[in-house]
Amino acid sequence: MTSSIHKGGRDASRRTVAEQVDELQAETGEHHVAVTFTLNGVTQTVVLPSRTLASDAIRHHLRQTGTHVGCEHGVCGACTVLLDGKPVRSCLVLAASLEGRSVTTVEGLVEPDGTLHPVQEAFVDCHGLQCGFCTPGFVTTIAAFLEENPSPTHEEATDAIAGNLCRCTGYQNIRAAVLRAAEIKRERSGGSPLGPDNEAARASLDAKVRGTTAPVGGKAGRA
Amino acid sequence: MKPSPLTYHRPRSIDEACEVLAGVAHEGKVLAGGQSLIPLLSMRLAAPAHLVDIGSIPRLDAISASQELGVTFDALTTHAALESDPTVAQVQPLLGRALRLVAHPTIRNRGTTVGSIVHADPSAEMPAVLSLLGGTLTVRSVRGVRQIPAAELFAGPLESTLEADEIATSVTVPAARPGTGTAIDEIARRHGDYALVGVVAQVEVEDGAVTSARMTYVSAGELGQVVDYTDILRGASAHDERDPLWQQVAEKARETVETEADIHATDRYRSQLVAALTGRVGFAAAQDAIRDDTRVPMHTGGSR
Repeated sequence: MTSSIHKGGRDASRRTVAEQVDELQAETGEHHVAVTFTLNGVTQTVVLPSRTLASDAIRHHLRQTGTHVGCEHGVCGACTVLLDGKPVRSCLVLAASLEGRSVTTVEGLVEPDGTLHPVQEAFVDCHGLQCGFCTPGFVTTIAAFLEENPSPTHEEATDAIAGNLCRCTGYQNIRAAVLRAAEIKRERSGGSPLGPDNEAARASLDAKVRGTTAPVGGKAGRA
Repeated sequence: MKPSPLTYHRPRSIDEACEVLAGVAHEGKVLAGGQSLIPLLSMRLAAPAHLVDIGSIPRLDAISASQELGVTFDALTTHAALESDPTVAQVQPLLGRALRLVAHPTIRNRGTTVGSIVHADPSAEMPAVLSLLGGTLTVRSVRGVRQIPAAELFAGPLESTLEADEIATSVTVPAARPGTGTAIDEIARRHGDYALVGVVAQVEVEDGAVTSARMTYVSAGELGQVVDYTDILRGASAHDERDPLWQQVAEKARETVETEADIHATDRYRSQLVAALTGRVGFAAAQDAIRDDTRVPMHTGGSR
């Protein structure tokens, strides 16, 4: 699909991209670029001012408002999207630099049939959000993190979310959601939610639960 | 919080990039990862009329590492790629240790190490690491290629000695030598924030005693300034942190390294951190030097 989106929303389909760039430049006196990139599986060409940030292109030009913009200088993490599968701050990328790349936002994590991504489901399960403003950034960050580390420890889960700010929850429930999301992923792939029953899995679980999963003197430890 | 109007260029080769930059010279700025530049544009602390985005140039993200030639990484090598390269960790472990302190993983996925170095931010880790290790930066322009030694690279805060038409293409740092240890640690308000103070140390040890020690500072002292503590630390024990020389070097650092006050910390508090970290990181580097295999990655622990 190719859509051309520009100021004023006039029918632009009959003009070439280059003509639109020229026309917008003449009209605004500002340098414009045409950028073709894939957003949540849909490849499109947009014509926009060269100075446009990726976050603004996604929200304003392509109307995918799931990505939230907080601090706009890379500190808060709310605008995190996946660029070719890796989490990056969309407010620290120029839209023009997206040429030929693939972007996944929080909207793109949902399965085509509407099933929530494991991380989204875990946020519901664990009450991982209150106002919800920071949530899209957390969800994309955690989704990418779990691809690299499918069974994180408590500490690794804390580390994974250290680059994102949340002013409501106090982070405890978000960290719980990281661990819960890992369980849901295992469950969905047909395994036990607790993962395989072996030494390594027990050791990693010991860090997450009160008590112990390793029997002490033939009995389970005190919970 | 939006960049001011600019003309965007997307060259497809390094030669084309040099030509474009030569054409716009003082009005142009090179964009790679953008993790330092784009906030400056958004806050309008910088407003270049032309942006030359080298991000689409193919084969500009190579890493090579060998004991003989050291570690060389190109302009588009991200912090994350350099940090996770196993050969780099063996040849020059200080790089990985320092990169783990650079912002957050999300920033490191896009930010480039060469970009961070030429950005010349006195509160960034990688310019300090380059100064201490004494590497070289390779730059390119329509006039040709030249190499800038680390000692001549920094002119001041946010100011490198690159000419307006030059593009940094790669950085080379020497390999770690046996018997020489390195360490880095910093204190930040929050994990991943800019350091209030950071210290990078390189210490040589023979028979359990220090024979030379050099350190450089993040967010303190002068950018690119390497302090030689060999006179004080000669003979200090690499096994015992209670050796009084480690306390003496801390006091010396408090006196010699200049600190400034800002909204995050007073100058006195920074001096206190300089002193504490100088002893701690110096000793960690000495310990690193006496490890059986000096090229095993190590965490300095501490402030994270």
